Amino acid sequence: MEWDWAFVAEITPTLLEGLKLTLLITALSAVVAAALGLLFAILRRSKNRMVAGPVGLFVEFIRGTPLLVQLYFIFYVLPDVGILLPPLVAGVIGMGLHYATYTAEVYRAGIENVPKGQWEAARATNLTASQTWTHVIIPQAVPPMIPALANYLIAMFKETPLLSAITVLELMNQAKSVANSSYRYVEPMTLVGVFFLAMSLVSVVILRWLEHRYGRLGK
Amino acid sequence: MGDWSGYLALILQGALVTAQLTVMGSALALVAAFVAGLGRIAPFAPVRWLATVYIEFFRGTSIFVQLFWVYFVLPFAGITLSPLMAGVMALGLNVGAYGAEVVRGAILSVPRDQYEATVALNLTKGQRMRHVILPQALPLMLPTFGNNAIELLKATAVVSLISLTDMTFQAQVVRAQTGSTLIPFITILILYFAMATVIASGVRALERRMTRGLDGVR
Repeated sequence: MEWDWAFVAEITPTLLEGLKLTLLITALSAVVAAALGLLFAILRRSKNRMVAGPVGLFVEFIRGTPLLVQLYFIFYVLPDVGILLPPLVAGVIGMGLHYATYTAEVYRAGIENVPKGQWEAARATNLTASQTWTHVIIPQAVPPMIPALANYLIAMFKETPLLSAITVLELMNQAKSVANSSYRYVEPMTLVGVFFLAMSLVSVVILRWLEHRYGRLGK
Repeated sequence: MGDWSGYLALILQGALVTAQLTVMGSALALVAAFVAGLGRIAPFAPVRWLATVYIEFFRGTSIFVQLFWVYFVLPFAGITLSPLMAGVMALGLNVGAYGAEVVRGAILSVPRDQYEATVALNLTKGQRMRHVILPQALPLMLPTFGNNAIELLKATAVVSLISLTDMTFQAQVVRAQTGSTLIPFITILILYFAMATVIASGVRALERRMTRGLDGVR
């Protein structure tokens, strides 16, 4: 096994191209996960059992099954019913949906963290349900959630290689195609690992700072 | 889709591989978690560093990258593993790194006076761990270990990408042979969910058993 620096220099631009896409996917999926997660969390709290029950079951189901299979499902099954999605969109929806079930739990903990008196005060001042949420509950519930949500952002970033299985040309897939055309696996695979490790270590530092700034969510 | 029972048998064969991977991976993860978790609180600094490097490395890169690395790069170093071995290694070491933090957290959360009491009673270090610390720390670890085991089960789907014939791989085979997509994927999603439910309820039962008689203590 020999390490060839010239080869490393040659493939780095291609891999950086993949890294850019990886970051884009992470950002888009994060937006989907953040929005859907909030929706799940609110629906699960619904007083109407016909809403809360099925949503709860759906969330548990998504959380108990592998992301890879869900990606396959979106990518291969949906076209049969006429929904043809480009790989990137399918990947973002799959990742966003999967992580939404995790962020929903964070939101739930955050919402439960808001003292009961705040709900009662909102009712006493005759706020409507939507006013209560937007002006009272969410502004107080969100800051302590930020570190936990950032944690899932990092987890999501690390899961993006799965999208190579549905032909998205992100970092891992670029590395694989480089490796397959040159028959050299050591450098591309190791570089992918190094890229991920470097990004993760940086994000851990940012996460510590966020925890320091916003505090941790009490369990 | 005439010959559905044959395809179902194929998927069930895959389910067996998935279950095997989960059990073997969890066993390795458990060992790795205790070794690295105790290593992180070892009195000897180089042991602590080694454990930290292991944990940060495996938590910092994704399971997918690790699996490919084990499967494609190690052969160049002269270590050739079968897909099953590569899968168990990558899964076990990856989840073990997460478990290590759980072990460390649980052991550190045992109150200080418990340590002081063991010193006062002149217990050896081994006795202290076995009779005092671990019986109190284990119930704290269990719920998170259960979650980790489910994460491991879910991660096993990735091994289908290194040509191991697990459930996901078999579903792809059925898809390729029949052109039907909905049925194989729905089947394996339900099977994965059933396995996750089994793990969750198993851990809950174990938790009840281990905390039996501890109610009044804490």
